[in-house]
Amino acid sequence: MTAKISYDAVEVGTELPAQTFGVTRATLVQYAGASGDFNPIHWNEKFAKEVGLPDVIAHGMFTMAEAIRVVTDWVGDPGAVVEYGVRFTKPVVVPNDDQGATIEVTAKVGAKLDDNTVRVDLTAMSAGQKVLGMSRAVVRLA
Amino acid sequence: MALDQSFVGRSYPPTDPYEVGREKIREFAEAVGDANPAYTDPDAAKALGYPDVIAPPTFVFSITFKAAGVVVSDPQLGLDYSRVVHGDQKFAYTRPVRAGDRLTVTSTIEAIKSLAGNDILDVRGEVHDEAGEHVVTAWTKLVARAAEGA
Repeated sequence: MTAKISYDAVEVGTELPAQTFGVTRATLVQYAGASGDFNPIHWNEKFAKEVGLPDVIAHGMFTMAEAIRVVTDWVGDPGAVVEYGVRFTKPVVVPNDDQGATIEVTAKVGAKLDDNTVRVDLTAMSAGQKVLGMSRAVVRLA
Repeated sequence: MALDQSFVGRSYPPTDPYEVGREKIREFAEAVGDANPAYTDPDAAKALGYPDVIAPPTFVFSITFKAAGVVVSDPQLGLDYSRVVHGDQKFAYTRPVRAGDRLTVTSTIEAIKSLAGNDILDVRGEVHDEAGEHVVTAWTKLVARAAEGA
């Protein structure tokens, strides 16, 4: 494995480059097909509202997939991710318009661990709300 | 109705192998908008030390979730799947999933809790390759919301 970032070059508090990801209804249809998760709350507004949601929501796993890109883009090698976990705290509501929703992801090194690994603490926000809680990755650096 | 605690610790037989294809990985990477060449270009993956293209970290969920579905739909357990939401998700990787892998999942119920009428189920999926080597463990927390008026 060949991470671009060296363990010695980071400190607790080092910030990773933040990224913002867009998500529209079309994105969700494409993700449903690729992932095999066809739950109608992710594409059928009538169904989503019937079960008490404000509108169609993004798959939690879609949001989880976007958030880790901040780490994999930083480190270069996606296989350097040793652990990754999140809590789904709020849904990402995706309106039926040209803009859709955005997911803003920031991340910083929360701890330096053994064996050249670091814990990265992630924050994912959408519409001013934290959509992932306890979002952490352990990644092996060079 | 609270779920039967005697299901805690129960393991289900390994799933039939899921064969990971290059084009399925490409489709997933495109769906999440991730242009990392390790997902689509075998040479780029080889430059990182892998024998073939690798999958994004969350790709394996589509395999482990399908396996967890066997647990969730076990009629003896009696979970109301129409009310289930995804609470937490965690992965621990021995190595990335890659094209050509034939993966089996062994699911185990780790915990069952009842909280304010909600049923909370923790399922662990152990993913192994054809050689029997561990690839990744997935922990999935499912929450079945209490039915109205229950």
